[in-house]
Amino acid sequence: MNVFVGIDLGSTTTKAVVLDADGAILGRGITNSRSNYDIAAQVAKDEAFTNVRFTVLRNTLEESGLLGGGLDEFWGLLTAAFELEGYLGHLDRLDVHCRDELGRGHHGDLTLPLSSALANIVKRLRDEAPDLFSPGRRARSDFFRDIAGAGFVNAAGEIAKAGGPPFDRIVGLFDKSIIPVENESDGRGFAPRLSAAFSRVTSGGTGDKAALRQLLNRAMGAELQTIRLVGTGYGRARLPFPKDQIRSEILCHGLGAHLMFPNTATVLDIGGQDTKAIQVDRAGVVTNFQMNDRCAAGCGRYLGYIADEMNIGLHELGPLAMQSHRRVKINSTCTVFAGAEFRDRLAAGDAREDILAGLHRAIMLRAMALLARSGGVRNEMTFTGGVAKNPAATAALRELVRENYGDVTINIAPDSIFTGAIGAATFALRDSVAARPVQEVA
Amino acid sequence: MSTQTTEKDASMLKQKEMIADHFHALAHAKKNGKKVVYTFVPGNLTELINHFGLLPVLPEINALQSGMRGKSAEYIAIAEKAGHSEDVCTYVKTDIGMLKAGNIGPTGEPLPKPDLLLLSYTGCFTFLKWFELLREEYDCPVVMLHVPYQADGAITPEMRDYVVGQIRREVIPAFERLSGVKYDEAKLRAQLALSARAEDDLVWVLESGKHRPSPIDAWFGGVYYIGPMFTSFRGTQDAIDYYRLLREEIQERLAQNLGPVTPDGPAGAERYRLVVEGPPNWTSFREFWRMFSSEGAVVVASSYTKVGGLYDRGFRHNPDDPLGTLADYCMGCYTNLNFPQRVALLESYINDYAADGFLINSVKSCNSFSAGQLLILRELEKRTGRPGGFIESDLVDPRYFSAANIKNRLESYFQMIEARRTGARP
Repeated sequence: MNVFVGIDLGSTTTKAVVLDADGAILGRGITNSRSNYDIAAQVAKDEAFTNVRFTVLRNTLEESGLLGGGLDEFWGLLTAAFELEGYLGHLDRLDVHCRDELGRGHHGDLTLPLSSALANIVKRLRDEAPDLFSPGRRARSDFFRDIAGAGFVNAAGEIAKAGGPPFDRIVGLFDKSIIPVENESDGRGFAPRLSAAFSRVTSGGTGDKAALRQLLNRAMGAELQTIRLVGTGYGRARLPFPKDQIRSEILCHGLGAHLMFPNTATVLDIGGQDTKAIQVDRAGVVTNFQMNDRCAAGCGRYLGYIADEMNIGLHELGPLAMQSHRRVKINSTCTVFAGAEFRDRLAAGDAREDILAGLHRAIMLRAMALLARSGGVRNEMTFTGGVAKNPAATAALRELVRENYGDVTINIAPDSIFTGAIGAATFALRDSVAARPVQEVA
Repeated sequence: MSTQTTEKDASMLKQKEMIADHFHALAHAKKNGKKVVYTFVPGNLTELINHFGLLPVLPEINALQSGMRGKSAEYIAIAEKAGHSEDVCTYVKTDIGMLKAGNIGPTGEPLPKPDLLLLSYTGCFTFLKWFELLREEYDCPVVMLHVPYQADGAITPEMRDYVVGQIRREVIPAFERLSGVKYDEAKLRAQLALSARAEDDLVWVLESGKHRPSPIDAWFGGVYYIGPMFTSFRGTQDAIDYYRLLREEIQERLAQNLGPVTPDGPAGAERYRLVVEGPPNWTSFREFWRMFSSEGAVVVASSYTKVGGLYDRGFRHNPDDPLGTLADYCMGCYTNLNFPQRVALLESYINDYAADGFLINSVKSCNSFSAGQLLILRELEKRTGRPGGFIESDLVDPRYFSAANIKNRLESYFQMIEARRTGARP
């Protein structure tokens, strides 16, 4: 199958989208951008390809009618088991890197106790893993570093308390090893991982295993031919492709938003370290944009910082803020000052959810200023970027848009984080069409 | 390439020599009994200063030179240490810092203290505060030349009389007292005739940007071309010689259909023709220029090259009306125009120079430029249908030049022009 790939390298996450020749989305992948953009691009692309194979597999299963009414249940188990296999694979690599670190001879008398603590932690993480990836369970984060990190830190705390090596020294092993782990792609590849997941799901002996295995093999063997790839995003200068395959994220976000919502006139994208206000024409071509050059106050990283301050996951911020009944007014959109303001408000007795609601509004006030600069909010408006996943941020935006511009339709796609990558993939498809020689009409 | 470099060099060398001579004269001013007048670029009375044998110093030029030489961060820090806020114009702080660091000028020779501060505050109210500070530092007199803003978009006879009156009753007597030289109207007329001759050539050079490809970059290159005219050399034979050389060089480039010469040599193919509003950034000047030239973007006209006079709109110093023409000159500088006038000017540049778009560089320091720029942007988009771009930096404070972000914006802007040119492909 011929496919077209778009990769959006953001400061926080890297996204990949795969399209077929008709522009239909076949697969998506996302990973944290880490310190190595090349690896991030590769991992996101691998994930998107995995996602494509899953799409193919799902279609094949549906067509076969093999599972009848049990398809959804099987599918839930299989995808969860696949995630679990991926996690366990990374856990193995984490163990290897931690042991390498222990073998460097830096730990003196603590080497043995640390080694035993590590074995203990890895076993615990393995044992807890199936529960973390049971079907329908919502993860605290999409990324290995967050999921494994939380378990590792908890276990290390308990071990240290029970008279084991100091907490910092145990956690230090994780800190030193996580980057090398992230900078390797999953060595096993798609097929062995799916195969392992399949064995896990079918160990109970249900269904026609042999027939299912045959379908699986067919999906695993599907040839995916990348015809063209376009990269965008903050890290685009580092993308390993020629310049004509690199597009500005402004253009990609504008086009991506247009493709998701064809009536889009104004786009707001709040990413990790910049906020973009974009105006597009009816074809999704950017006519104006505004971004901040001198200061990145009020961007997505602001929320990340606050989540760290509160020691909760980024995904948990919005739902917590939504519980607010009495929003606190926060003035500063400076990321660093916001931390101080947050602690100050807590000390003054304000509830966490009320302060959080104020912080979300502060971000959106800043975005409103940028929107005004770009020509205002026109109907319809599409909100994209990682922050669009946050319910408190979208609620604050809706409120402010209504106050300032009246009744405007605001579109937020559940997969809005992929907007830039969708735009990039579409540019890849269009470039490829434009480059093709014109065929004579008979 | 070698011919082009040589051609470029002739006018550049000439300008370099003029600047070196001027700063050398300044360094030895006290020894040679010369008196020194500090003044500002917009609405400067260079002919009159030279008329009395006084030597002009332009603190804005020193500040931008400090920025280009990588000294401004240090000078700004000195000024901030002395109590000047982070929000104060960075030209002012660079100047104050330079003064406190020993007042060494751009050529490495010391600058003399002023004997007089001629405060012509055309369009910039910070100028007032700047010279108040210098008055404190140097303990020297200030002569105020109040230039009325063109609030209603025109220079009225009353405004003209008001400025002429100040020149006649305050500036000239002060210069006479300082220099011991009597005002000689015939001599001033002769100087102004020389000014007009060089002005003709400057306008020719700036208007060469209408050609496709443009043989000049009217912003990055333009700041060099306006140098002699906007600073200490207007009304001198040196200025005439410089602009003659420059014109010949550009004429040669035009004949060969060549683009501008950039810091990296001759420019590649012209892909984007831009009109730019606002001053450039000086601390990363070459890097900034490269962000344009590497993408084939050429600035064909700019407002910044009009801060010291709108010669391309027909103004010439007129020897027949010496004081009246000086008044007209002061009131006609770009930053003394009101917003409708600025919009109309930029609109005509966009059309006359066949620009693909217009770009605003909004500098943190400068209210006389930055105020109203978003309004200008919106209005120009509406009138011309050409895409506008907006970037933010500063004059000489390197802390406000975020190279990665600005490059990102510029690339996005150029791609936006490209996308709008081709339209959305199905």
